[in-house]
Amino acid sequence: MLRVEVSKQLGEFSIEASFASEGRVTGLFGASGAGKTSLINMIAGLLRPDRGSIAIDTETLDDTANRVHVPAHRRRIGYVFQDARLFPHLDVRQNLDYGRRMNRLADDPAQRAHVTDLLDIGGLLDRRPGQLSGGERQRVALGRALLAQPRLLLLDEPLGSLDEERKEEILPYLMRLRDEANVPMVYVSHDAGEMRQLATQVVILKRGRVIAFGGGEILPLAASPA
Amino acid sequence: MLELSPTEWTAIQLSLRVAAVATLVATPLGIAIAWLLARRDFWGKAVVDALIHLPLVLPPVATGYLLLLTFGRRGLVGAWLADHLGIVFAFRWTGAALACGIMSFPLLVRPIRLSIEAVDRRLEQAAGTLGAAPWRVFATVTLPLALPGVLAGMVLGFAKAIGEFGATITFVSNIPGETQTISSAIYSLIQTPDGDTAALRLVAVSVVIAMAALVASEWFARRALRRLHGN
Repeated sequence: MLRVEVSKQLGEFSIEASFASEGRVTGLFGASGAGKTSLINMIAGLLRPDRGSIAIDTETLDDTANRVHVPAHRRRIGYVFQDARLFPHLDVRQNLDYGRRMNRLADDPAQRAHVTDLLDIGGLLDRRPGQLSGGERQRVALGRALLAQPRLLLLDEPLGSLDEERKEEILPYLMRLRDEANVPMVYVSHDAGEMRQLATQVVILKRGRVIAFGGGEILPLAASPA
Repeated sequence: MLELSPTEWTAIQLSLRVAAVATLVATPLGIAIAWLLARRDFWGKAVVDALIHLPLVLPPVATGYLLLLTFGRRGLVGAWLADHLGIVFAFRWTGAALACGIMSFPLLVRPIRLSIEAVDRRLEQAAGTLGAAPWRVFATVTLPLALPGVLAGMVLGFAKAIGEFGATITFVSNIPGETQTISSAIYSLIQTPDGDTAALRLVAVSVVIAMAALVASEWFARRALRRLHGN
Protein backbone atom coordinates (compact mmCIF):
# COMPACT_ATOMS: atom_id res chain seq x y z
CA MET A 1 0.00 0.00 0.00
CA LEU A 2 1.47 3.30 -1.15
CA ARG A 3 -0.01 6.47 0.31
CA VAL A 4 0.95 9.87 -1.03
CA GLU A 5 -0.37 13.20 0.08
CA VAL A 6 2.00 15.99 -0.83
CA SER A 7 2.27 19.57 -1.94
CA LYS A 8 5.28 21.17 -3.49
CA GLN A 9 5.93 24.52 -5.08
CA LEU A 10 8.39 24.45 -7.99
CA GLY A 11 8.76 27.97 -9.32
CA GLU A 12 5.46 28.89 -10.98
CA PHE A 13 4.30 25.30 -10.95
CA SER A 14 2.72 23.61 -7.97
CA ILE A 15 1.92 20.02 -7.18
CA GLU A 16 -0.90 19.12 -4.91
CA ALA A 17 -1.54 15.42 -5.12
CA SER A 18 -2.94 12.71 -2.95
CA PHE A 19 -3.74 9.11 -3.73
CA ALA A 20 -3.42 5.69 -2.17
CA SER A 21 -2.84 2.62 -4.25
CA GLU A 22 -2.70 -1.06 -3.54
CA GLY A 23 -2.15 -2.07 -7.15
CA ARG A 24 0.66 -4.22 -8.44
CA VAL A 25 1.33 -1.53 -10.99
CA THR A 26 0.14 1.96 -10.24
CA GLY A 27 0.15 4.03 -13.41
CA LEU A 28 0.85 7.75 -13.17
CA PHE A 29 -0.63 9.12 -16.34
CA GLY A 30 -0.56 12.65 -17.72
CA ALA A 31 0.87 14.96 -20.35
CA SER A 32 4.46 16.10 -20.03
CA GLY A 33 4.61 18.87 -17.47
CA ALA A 34 1.79 17.40 -15.40
CA GLY A 35 4.20 16.81 -12.52
CA LYS A 36 4.64 13.04 -12.87
CA THR A 37 8.43 13.01 -12.52
CA SER A 38 8.42 15.46 -9.59
CA LEU A 39 5.88 13.26 -7.87
CA ILE A 40 7.91 10.07 -8.18
CA ASN A 41 11.07 11.96 -7.26
CA MET A 42 9.31 12.74 -4.00
CA ILE A 43 8.41 9.07 -3.55
CA ALA A 44 12.07 8.17 -4.22
CA GLY A 45 13.27 10.75 -1.71
CA LEU A 46 15.16 12.79 -4.30
CA LEU A 47 12.81 15.74 -3.84
CA ARG A 48 11.40 16.89 -0.53
CA PRO A 49 7.72 17.83 -0.32
CA ASP A 50 6.91 21.24 1.17
CA ARG A 51 4.05 19.72 3.08
CA GLY A 52 2.49 16.31 3.38
CA SER A 53 3.37 12.69 3.88
CA ILE A 54 4.44 9.61 1.98
CA ALA A 55 4.17 6.09 3.39
CA ILE A 56 4.57 2.51 2.24
CA ASP A 57 2.43 0.12 4.26
CA THR A 58 3.00 1.21 7.86
CA GLU A 59 6.35 2.88 7.29
CA THR A 60 6.43 6.64 7.00
CA LEU A 61 8.99 7.94 4.49
CA ASP A 62 8.03 11.60 4.62
CA ASP A 63 5.95 13.45 7.14
CA THR A 64 6.61 17.17 7.17
CA ALA A 65 4.41 17.74 10.22
CA ASN A 66 6.70 15.51 12.28
CA ARG A 67 9.88 16.47 10.40
CA VAL A 68 10.37 12.97 9.04
CA HIS A 69 12.37 12.59 5.84
CA VAL A 70 14.01 9.27 5.11
CA PRO A 71 16.90 9.91 2.68
CA ALA A 72 16.77 8.22 -0.72
CA HIS A 73 19.51 5.71 0.06
CA ARG A 74 17.59 4.30 3.03
CA ARG A 75 14.23 3.91 1.32
CA ARG A 76 14.88 0.71 -0.60
CA ILE A 77 12.92 2.10 -3.51
CA GLY A 78 14.26 1.17 -6.93
CA TYR A 79 14.19 3.77 -9.69
CA VAL A 80 14.44 3.18 -13.43
CA PHE A 81 15.09 6.52 -15.09
CA GLN A 82 14.06 7.46 -18.58
CA ASP A 83 17.73 7.90 -19.49
CA ALA A 84 18.87 4.65 -17.75
CA ARG A 85 21.76 6.40 -15.92
CA LEU A 86 24.06 3.39 -15.95
CA PHE A 87 27.47 4.07 -14.45
CA PRO A 88 29.79 4.60 -17.43
CA HIS A 89 32.95 3.54 -15.59
CA LEU A 90 31.53 0.14 -14.61
CA ASP A 91 30.68 -2.78 -16.88
CA VAL A 92 27.21 -4.30 -16.97
CA ARG A 93 28.06 -6.93 -14.38
CA GLN A 94 29.32 -4.29 -11.93
CA ASN A 95 26.32 -2.07 -12.65
CA LEU A 96 23.99 -4.96 -11.84
CA ASP A 97 25.89 -5.72 -8.66
CA TYR A 98 26.02 -2.12 -7.43
CA GLY A 99 22.80 -2.07 -5.41
CA ARG A 100 23.60 -5.37 -3.72
CA ARG A 101 27.01 -4.04 -2.63
CA MET A 102 25.63 -0.74 -1.39
CA ASN A 103 22.87 -2.43 0.61
CA ARG A 104 25.34 -5.00 1.93
CA LEU A 105 23.16 -7.88 0.79
CA ALA A 106 24.58 -11.37 0.57
CA ASP A 107 25.63 -12.55 -2.87
CA ASP A 108 22.71 -14.41 -4.42
CA PRO A 109 23.69 -16.12 -7.69
CA ALA A 110 20.22 -17.64 -8.12
CA GLN A 111 18.54 -14.26 -7.91
CA ARG A 112 21.09 -12.76 -10.30
CA ALA A 113 20.55 -15.61 -12.78
CA HIS A 114 16.79 -15.20 -12.48
CA VAL A 115 16.90 -11.47 -13.23
CA THR A 116 19.42 -11.74 -16.06
CA ASP A 117 17.26 -14.47 -17.62
CA LEU A 118 14.08 -12.49 -17.12
CA LEU A 119 15.60 -9.52 -18.93
CA ASP A 120 17.78 -11.44 -21.40
CA ILE A 121 20.94 -9.56 -20.47
CA GLY A 122 23.22 -12.52 -19.74
CA GLY A 123 25.17 -11.88 -22.95
CA LEU A 124 25.93 -8.26 -22.08
CA LEU A 125 27.67 -8.71 -18.73
CA ASP A 126 31.18 -7.81 -19.87
CA ARG A 127 30.17 -4.75 -21.89
CA ARG A 128 30.35 -1.12 -20.91
CA PRO A 129 27.18 1.01 -21.01
CA GLY A 130 28.71 2.92 -23.95
CA GLN A 131 28.57 -0.27 -26.02
CA LEU A 132 24.87 -0.96 -25.44
CA SER A 133 21.84 -0.01 -27.55
CA GLY A 134 19.10 2.10 -25.99
CA GLY A 135 16.89 -0.91 -25.37
CA GLU A 136 19.71 -2.95 -23.86
CA ARG A 137 20.63 -0.06 -21.59
CA GLN A 138 17.05 0.17 -20.34
CA ARG A 139 16.93 -3.57 -19.64
CA VAL A 140 20.19 -3.39 -17.67
CA ALA A 141 18.81 -0.42 -15.70
CA LEU A 142 15.76 -2.53 -14.85
CA GLY A 143 17.96 -5.40 -13.73
CA ARG A 144 20.16 -3.09 -11.68
CA ALA A 145 17.15 -1.66 -9.84
CA LEU A 146 15.64 -5.12 -9.24
CA LEU A 147 18.84 -6.66 -7.88
CA ALA A 148 18.97 -4.04 -5.11
CA GLN A 149 15.86 -5.89 -3.89
CA PRO A 150 13.59 -2.85 -3.59
CA ARG A 151 10.20 -2.98 -1.93
CA LEU A 152 8.83 -0.66 -4.59
CA LEU A 153 10.02 -0.01 -8.13
CA LEU A 154 9.56 3.39 -9.78
CA LEU A 155 9.68 3.53 -13.56
CA ASP A 156 9.81 6.98 -15.13
CA GLU A 157 8.85 6.62 -18.79
CA PRO A 158 11.33 3.78 -19.24
CA LEU A 159 10.28 3.56 -22.89
CA GLY A 160 10.27 7.30 -23.42
CA SER A 161 13.64 7.56 -25.12
CA LEU A 162 13.10 4.56 -27.40
CA ASP A 163 11.63 4.38 -30.90
CA GLU A 164 8.47 2.36 -31.60
CA GLU A 165 10.32 -0.80 -32.51
CA ARG A 166 12.40 -0.74 -29.33
CA LYS A 167 9.30 -0.06 -27.25
CA GLU A 168 7.74 -3.23 -28.59
CA GLU A 169 10.97 -4.98 -27.64
CA ILE A 170 10.90 -3.83 -24.00
CA LEU A 171 7.18 -3.94 -23.24
CA PRO A 172 7.01 -7.75 -22.93
CA TYR A 173 9.84 -7.64 -20.36
CA LEU A 174 7.93 -5.12 -18.30
CA MET A 175 4.84 -7.34 -18.38
CA ARG A 176 6.91 -10.31 -17.32
CA LEU A 177 8.34 -8.22 -14.54
CA ARG A 178 4.87 -7.26 -13.35
CA ASP A 179 3.73 -10.88 -13.34
CA GLU A 180 6.88 -12.58 -12.03
CA ALA A 181 9.10 -10.21 -10.08
CA ASN A 182 6.73 -9.69 -7.19
CA VAL A 183 7.68 -6.06 -6.61
CA PRO A 184 4.96 -3.41 -6.68
CA MET A 185 5.64 -0.75 -9.28
CA VAL A 186 4.75 2.83 -10.01
CA TYR A 187 4.79 3.32 -13.75
CA VAL A 188 4.94 6.82 -15.21
CA SER A 189 3.91 7.42 -18.80
CA HIS A 190 2.02 9.76 -21.10
CA ASP A 191 1.14 6.89 -23.42
CA ALA A 192 -2.38 5.55 -22.82
CA GLY A 193 -1.65 2.36 -24.77
CA GLU A 194 1.33 1.48 -22.60
CA MET A 195 -0.67 2.28 -19.48
CA ARG A 196 -3.54 0.08 -20.50
CA GLN A 197 -1.19 -2.85 -21.03
CA LEU A 198 0.73 -2.48 -17.79
CA ALA A 199 -1.12 -0.64 -15.05
CA THR A 200 -3.54 -2.27 -12.67
CA GLN A 201 -4.53 1.06 -11.17
CA VAL A 202 -4.30 4.47 -12.77
CA VAL A 203 -3.78 7.94 -11.35
CA ILE A 204 -4.38 10.71 -13.87
CA LEU A 205 -2.46 13.91 -13.25
CA LYS A 206 -3.10 17.27 -14.80
CA ARG A 207 -1.12 20.41 -13.95
CA GLY A 208 0.01 18.98 -10.65
CA ARG A 209 -3.43 17.80 -9.51
CA VAL A 210 -4.95 14.33 -9.43
CA ILE A 211 -8.02 14.52 -11.65
CA ALA A 212 -9.00 10.85 -11.72
CA PHE A 213 -8.18 7.58 -10.01
CA GLY A 214 -9.36 4.11 -10.95
CA GLY A 215 -8.77 1.14 -13.23
CA GLY A 216 -7.58 1.15 -16.84
CA GLU A 217 -11.06 2.14 -18.01
CA ILE A 218 -10.50 5.76 -16.94
CA LEU A 219 -7.74 6.20 -19.53
CA PRO A 220 -8.67 8.16 -22.64
CA LEU A 221 -9.49 5.90 -25.57
CA ALA A 222 -7.51 7.86 -28.13
CA ALA A 223 -3.75 7.44 -27.95
CA SER A 224 -3.41 11.16 -27.22
CA PRO A 225 -2.41 12.14 -23.68
CA ALA A 226 -4.87 13.69 -21.25
CA MET B 1 80.53 18.89 -18.15
CA LEU B 2 77.45 16.67 -18.00
CA GLU B 3 78.39 15.07 -14.69
CA LEU B 4 76.23 16.27 -11.78
CA SER B 5 78.07 17.24 -8.60
CA PRO B 6 76.94 15.82 -5.22
CA THR B 7 75.43 19.18 -4.25
CA GLU B 8 73.41 19.24 -7.45
CA TRP B 9 72.22 15.67 -6.91
CA THR B 10 71.16 16.55 -3.39
CA ALA B 11 69.21 19.56 -4.66
CA ILE B 12 67.44 17.40 -7.24
CA GLN B 13 66.55 14.68 -4.75
CA LEU B 14 65.37 17.27 -2.27
CA SER B 15 63.21 18.99 -4.87
CA LEU B 16 61.59 15.70 -5.85
CA ARG B 17 60.98 14.78 -2.23
CA VAL B 18 59.59 18.22 -1.32
CA ALA B 19 57.28 18.29 -4.34
CA ALA B 20 56.13 14.68 -3.85
CA VAL B 21 55.34 15.16 -0.16
CA ALA B 22 53.64 18.50 -0.83
CA THR B 23 51.47 16.95 -3.56
CA LEU B 24 50.59 13.77 -1.66
CA VAL B 25 49.60 15.64 1.49
CA ALA B 26 47.73 18.35 -0.40
CA THR B 27 45.75 15.99 -2.64
CA PRO B 28 43.21 14.59 -0.12
CA LEU B 29 42.67 18.09 1.25
CA GLY B 30 42.38 19.43 -2.29
CA ILE B 31 39.78 16.80 -3.20
CA ALA B 32 37.73 17.63 -0.10
CA ILE B 33 37.82 21.36 -0.79
CA ALA B 34 37.16 20.89 -4.50
CA TRP B 35 34.11 18.78 -3.63
CA LEU B 36 32.83 21.39 -1.17
CA LEU B 37 33.23 24.16 -3.72
CA ALA B 38 31.69 22.11 -6.52
CA ARG B 39 28.80 20.51 -4.69
CA ARG B 40 27.88 22.49 -1.60
CA ASP B 41 26.61 25.97 -0.91
CA PHE B 42 27.69 27.30 2.43
CA TRP B 43 28.18 30.60 4.16
CA GLY B 44 31.61 32.04 3.35
CA LYS B 45 32.15 29.95 0.23
CA ALA B 46 33.40 32.99 -1.70
CA VAL B 47 35.93 33.69 1.06
CA VAL B 48 37.24 30.11 1.02
CA ASP B 49 37.53 30.28 -2.75
CA ALA B 50 39.44 33.57 -2.57
CA LEU B 51 41.70 32.31 0.22
CA ILE B 52 42.74 29.27 -1.82
CA HIS B 53 43.55 31.43 -4.82
CA LEU B 54 45.45 34.00 -2.78
CA PRO B 55 48.90 32.38 -3.24
CA LEU B 56 48.37 32.59 -7.00
CA VAL B 57 48.07 36.39 -6.99
CA LEU B 58 50.05 37.40 -3.90
CA PRO B 59 53.80 38.02 -4.43
CA PRO B 60 55.46 34.70 -3.43
CA VAL B 61 57.82 36.57 -1.13
CA ALA B 62 54.78 37.88 0.76
CA THR B 63 53.37 34.36 1.14
CA GLY B 64 56.77 33.19 2.37
CA TYR B 65 56.96 35.99 4.88
CA LEU B 66 53.45 35.24 6.15
CA LEU B 67 54.47 31.60 6.53
CA LEU B 68 57.54 32.67 8.48
CA LEU B 69 55.40 34.80 10.79
CA THR B 70 52.88 31.99 11.33
CA PHE B 71 54.97 28.82 11.21
CA GLY B 72 58.36 30.22 12.26
CA ARG B 73 59.85 29.19 15.61
CA ARG B 74 58.26 32.19 17.28
CA GLY B 75 55.20 32.19 15.08
CA LEU B 76 51.78 31.59 16.59
CA VAL B 77 51.26 28.16 15.06
CA GLY B 78 54.95 27.32 14.70
CA ALA B 79 55.72 27.74 18.41
CA TRP B 80 52.72 25.65 19.42
CA LEU B 81 53.58 22.85 16.97
CA ALA B 82 57.21 22.81 18.12
CA ASP B 83 56.32 22.79 21.84
CA HIS B 84 53.46 20.29 21.73
CA LEU B 85 54.09 18.02 18.77
CA GLY B 86 57.77 18.54 18.08
CA ILE B 87 57.05 19.54 14.51
CA VAL B 88 59.33 22.24 13.17
CA PHE B 89 58.89 23.83 9.76
CA ALA B 90 61.30 26.76 9.91
CA PHE B 91 64.53 26.17 7.95
CA ARG B 92 63.68 22.49 7.41
CA TRP B 93 62.79 20.62 4.25
CA THR B 94 59.31 20.07 5.73
CA GLY B 95 58.87 23.84 5.67
CA ALA B 96 59.81 23.83 2.00
CA ALA B 97 57.12 21.19 1.45
CA LEU B 98 54.59 23.34 3.34
CA ALA B 99 55.46 26.40 1.24
CA CYS B 100 55.28 24.38 -2.00
CA GLY B 101 51.99 22.77 -0.97
CA ILE B 102 50.38 26.14 -0.28
CA MET B 103 51.76 27.76 -3.43
CA SER B 104 50.62 24.88 -5.66
CA PHE B 105 47.25 24.38 -3.94
CA PRO B 106 45.17 26.58 -6.29
CA LEU B 107 46.57 24.73 -9.30
CA LEU B 108 45.83 21.40 -7.67
CA VAL B 109 42.26 22.26 -6.68
CA ARG B 110 41.07 23.85 -9.90
CA PRO B 111 41.12 20.83 -12.27
CA ILE B 112 39.67 18.61 -9.53
CA ARG B 113 36.85 21.05 -8.92
CA LEU B 114 36.08 21.34 -12.63
CA SER B 115 36.03 17.58 -13.09
CA ILE B 116 33.75 17.08 -10.07
CA GLU B 117 31.42 19.76 -11.44
CA ALA B 118 31.39 17.86 -14.74
CA VAL B 119 30.21 14.60 -13.11
CA ASP B 120 26.54 14.11 -13.96
CA ARG B 121 24.59 14.60 -10.75
CA ARG B 122 21.85 12.37 -12.08
CA LEU B 123 24.31 9.46 -11.79
CA GLU B 124 24.84 10.38 -8.15
CA GLN B 125 21.08 10.39 -7.64
CA ALA B 126 20.83 6.98 -9.29
CA ALA B 127 23.49 5.67 -6.90
CA GLY B 128 21.46 7.04 -3.99
CA THR B 129 18.31 5.20 -5.08
CA LEU B 130 20.41 2.02 -5.21
CA GLY B 131 21.20 2.39 -1.53
CA ALA B 132 24.53 4.25 -1.56
CA ALA B 133 25.01 6.68 1.32
CA PRO B 134 26.44 10.07 0.28
CA TRP B 135 30.06 9.21 1.12
CA ARG B 136 29.79 5.96 -0.83
CA VAL B 137 28.27 7.81 -3.77
CA PHE B 138 31.37 9.97 -3.66
CA ALA B 139 33.77 7.03 -3.41
CA THR B 140 32.14 4.82 -6.04
CA VAL B 141 30.75 7.29 -8.58
CA THR B 142 31.95 10.89 -8.20
CA LEU B 143 35.62 10.26 -7.49
CA PRO B 144 36.21 7.55 -10.13
CA LEU B 145 34.50 9.72 -12.75
CA ALA B 146 36.53 12.76 -11.68
CA LEU B 147 39.80 10.83 -11.66
CA PRO B 148 41.27 12.41 -14.81
CA GLY B 149 40.87 15.82 -13.15
CA VAL B 150 42.43 14.59 -9.92
CA LEU B 151 45.49 13.29 -11.79
CA ALA B 152 45.73 16.48 -13.84
CA GLY B 153 45.59 18.53 -10.63
CA MET B 154 48.26 16.38 -9.01
CA VAL B 155 50.63 16.73 -11.95
CA LEU B 156 50.04 20.47 -12.18
CA GLY B 157 50.55 20.85 -8.43
CA PHE B 158 53.70 18.74 -8.54
CA ALA B 159 55.15 20.77 -11.43
CA LYS B 160 54.40 24.02 -9.61
CA ALA B 161 55.93 22.65 -6.39
CA ILE B 162 59.12 21.64 -8.21
CA GLY B 163 59.51 25.14 -9.58
CA GLU B 164 58.51 27.08 -6.46
CA PHE B 165 61.13 29.58 -5.40
CA GLY B 166 60.02 32.84 -3.81
CA ALA B 167 57.95 31.59 -0.89
CA THR B 168 60.33 28.71 -0.16
CA ILE B 169 63.52 30.77 -0.01
CA THR B 170 61.78 33.42 2.12
CA PHE B 171 60.39 30.89 4.58
CA VAL B 172 63.13 28.28 4.90
CA SER B 173 66.12 30.01 3.27
CA ASN B 174 68.63 28.26 0.99
CA ILE B 175 70.53 25.68 3.02
CA PRO B 176 72.34 23.05 0.92
CA GLY B 177 71.17 19.58 1.91
CA GLU B 178 68.17 20.82 3.90
CA THR B 179 66.20 23.43 2.00
CA GLN B 180 68.18 24.02 -1.20
CA THR B 181 65.88 22.86 -3.99
CA ILE B 182 66.70 22.93 -7.70
CA SER B 183 65.35 26.47 -7.98
CA SER B 184 67.34 27.88 -5.10
CA ALA B 185 70.44 25.94 -6.23
CA ILE B 186 70.16 27.51 -9.69
CA TYR B 187 69.74 30.91 -8.05
CA SER B 188 72.88 30.40 -5.94
CA LEU B 189 74.89 29.14 -8.92
CA ILE B 190 73.98 32.16 -11.03
CA GLN B 191 75.31 34.38 -8.23
CA THR B 192 78.60 32.44 -8.17
CA PRO B 193 81.45 33.11 -10.62
CA ASP B 194 81.90 30.08 -12.94
CA GLY B 195 78.55 28.70 -11.83
CA ASP B 196 77.04 28.94 -15.31
CA THR B 197 77.62 25.37 -16.49
CA ALA B 198 76.27 23.90 -13.25
CA ALA B 199 73.26 26.20 -13.43
CA LEU B 200 72.62 25.08 -17.01
CA ARG B 201 72.86 21.42 -15.97
CA LEU B 202 70.16 21.98 -13.36
CA VAL B 203 68.05 23.90 -15.85
CA ALA B 204 68.28 20.88 -18.17
CA VAL B 205 67.20 18.61 -15.32
CA SER B 206 64.22 20.90 -14.63
CA VAL B 207 63.20 20.67 -18.28
CA VAL B 208 63.40 16.87 -18.19
CA ILE B 209 61.29 16.65 -14.99
CA ALA B 210 58.70 19.07 -16.36
CA MET B 211 58.46 17.16 -19.65
CA ALA B 212 58.16 13.83 -17.86
CA ALA B 213 55.35 15.24 -15.69
CA LEU B 214 53.45 16.53 -18.70
CA VAL B 215 53.81 13.27 -20.62
CA ALA B 216 52.70 11.32 -17.55
CA SER B 217 49.61 13.50 -17.08
CA GLU B 218 48.67 13.09 -20.76
CA TRP B 219 49.05 9.31 -20.41
CA PHE B 220 46.95 9.17 -17.23
CA ALA B 221 44.26 11.36 -18.76
CA ARG B 222 44.00 9.20 -21.87
CA ARG B 223 43.88 6.00 -19.83
CA ALA B 224 41.18 7.42 -17.60
CA LEU B 225 39.13 8.53 -20.61
CA ARG B 226 39.36 5.06 -22.12
CA ARG B 227 38.16 3.59 -18.84
CA LEU B 228 35.25 6.00 -18.76
CA HIS B 229 33.91 5.38 -22.21
CA GLY B 230 34.26 1.64 -22.47
CA ASN B 231 36.33 0.38 -25.43
